[in-house]
Amino acid sequence: MTYDAYASSQETTEGRVYSVTGGDWDSLSTEIGATKEERVVVNMGPQHPSTHGVLRLVLELEGETVTEARAGIGYLHTGIEKNSEFKTWTQATTYVTRMDYLAPIFNETAYCLGVEKLLGITNDVPERATVIRVLMMELNRISSHMVALGTGALELGALTPMLFAFRERERVLDMFEMASGLRMNMAYVRPGGVAQDLPADGISKIRQLVKDLRRDFKDNEKLLVGNTIWMKRTQGIGYLDLAGCTTLGITGPILRATGLAWDLRKVQPYCGYEDYQFDIPTVNTCDVYGRFIIRMNELEESLRIIEQACDKLEKLQGAPVMVADKKIAWPAQLSVGRDGMGNSLDHIREIMGESMEALIHHFKIVTEGFRVPAGQVYSAIESPRGEIGVHLVSDGGTRPYRLHFREPSFNNLQSVSAMCEGSMIADVIGAVASIDPVMGGVDR
Amino acid sequence: MTDHGMFGAPGTGDTSGFGGLVRVSHNQGSSERPYGGYFDEVADELERAFPEFRDAIEKVVVDRGELTLHINRDRLVDVSRKLRDTETLRFEMCMGVNGVHYPEDKGRELHAIYPLLSLTHNRRIRLEVSVPESDPHIPSLVEVWGGNNWHERETWDMFGIIFDGHPGLTRILMPDDWPGHPQRKDYPLGGIPVEYKGATVPDPSNRRSYR
Repeated sequence: MTYDAYASSQETTEGRVYSVTGGDWDSLSTEIGATKEERVVVNMGPQHPSTHGVLRLVLELEGETVTEARAGIGYLHTGIEKNSEFKTWTQATTYVTRMDYLAPIFNETAYCLGVEKLLGITNDVPERATVIRVLMMELNRISSHMVALGTGALELGALTPMLFAFRERERVLDMFEMASGLRMNMAYVRPGGVAQDLPADGISKIRQLVKDLRRDFKDNEKLLVGNTIWMKRTQGIGYLDLAGCTTLGITGPILRATGLAWDLRKVQPYCGYEDYQFDIPTVNTCDVYGRFIIRMNELEESLRIIEQACDKLEKLQGAPVMVADKKIAWPAQLSVGRDGMGNSLDHIREIMGESMEALIHHFKIVTEGFRVPAGQVYSAIESPRGEIGVHLVSDGGTRPYRLHFREPSFNNLQSVSAMCEGSMIADVIGAVASIDPVMGGVDR
Repeated sequence: MTDHGMFGAPGTGDTSGFGGLVRVSHNQGSSERPYGGYFDEVADELERAFPEFRDAIEKVVVDRGELTLHINRDRLVDVSRKLRDTETLRFEMCMGVNGVHYPEDKGRELHAIYPLLSLTHNRRIRLEVSVPESDPHIPSLVEVWGGNNWHERETWDMFGIIFDGHPGLTRILMPDDWPGHPQRKDYPLGGIPVEYKGATVPDPSNRRSYR
């Protein structure tokens, strides 16, 4: 045979192996026709447009059928857990928010609830702060589901839903920008409360957004729900039943698509979720279409919670948003400027010009942080992808001794093999999209 | 655990006297009954299942409303099966495993922590297994909870705990040929010193910092 730089082959103990790169496969296809066996291993990713980031799928194919599917991860490992051990408890918020970059508020809230549990101040967090957390989490759930739906549809060949989904997501990110100055990775939720109160016109803007979203969600609904092509691509695909979910520890929309209404907001309420009226959508199809329907229905439930949170916030006008204990609360009153959250000029004026004690206090708590009593806790909340659990260990110091995130994306991605083996290669895309893995969260 | 001084790096010019401080954070002892809530029911059921309770469950700790069972590693698989299969316990889900490295806890430096969840009874408990650094073997729980597969690989990768019986214990986040286990406390964070005009700020592991 002639040497082909893009389709070389070599003899191994298992027979002849062809390695193919690039696009010129002519010489290979003639040669492969000579052998009887057709065993092809395809590396899909880590740079592939439909694998949701740097996910590598190793697929063994027989014709178009996948006989073995394995996921390779670690391409986005950033060592956030190790880095956080060198930051104070407050500074670590800016690290954990970067894990699952589509759901930063959930990372922050899960972490802060853990720190508050370690400190024993869970009940001291002001109600207004808790309601703002709920409001932000539900907004974030919408923006995260929008990416899941939009990219999921895009990967299966439906372009228009992506345009609508990202339009909606942009509007939600505008609300984050309004509150925290940043669209992503805001470090908005802090141990003891939130970094900054909502601006004066915040509630009315969010109410307007809810109205707009409720109207515009229909665009995607009309395109996809009941669409024959979409249903043919998603129904009966990526099957995983309740037994599979429990053994693999899978939570979130995949679990609820098996008919089990397991949502931590209902069964183990946190942040006062027991005071809100909302339903847990379930279906019992166990497939990609079911997970899609659940995400669509959860959007409306999130809107309901946001409206109730707005009602609560109107009654709590002017209430504090940070715990009263000055030894824990961040001293700087921040303000949102054109380039994100920064120092409040009033605060600078006070510590630099008026009160020496305020300056000392500011310096001490910002550089040294606060001490957290020794012990360990596990705090879990319901993120858009399932249970996000934070295991925190303190040795009594000012920095986390160990911080570990039980990421739903990481755990749920294990189900790729169970969902895809035996299916067609084209359905792998739909199955992976329905897991909705975010590689920043998978690799941390 | 003991801590010396207030600052992270020793040997810096400390004139405050705070460098001489020695803090001992107490090692938690076993909690006394009643544990409260459903914790007693879980403990009762386990006592019935394991007459030689102390031999399987070394310590029961209730702290901040959470129950931790310290398990002898030789009995870990038995206890896990019992927790999963007994009708009154039914911990169907294991939310993974997380390692913690305590270099000061001589003879049991490496800890593995398993948070368990029961969907049937809506309960949570936690198992903790500790092993010496010189013999870092823990039986794998992949047979009991399949979802622990990747979590155990991650804990091997980060802490070097070997899970015996795991179907393919390879590195998962770090490259395959990576030396060392990054989450151990004796593994430095790394980083490069930042140089300013006439002064250098050392990397985070060697920087003077508050504890």
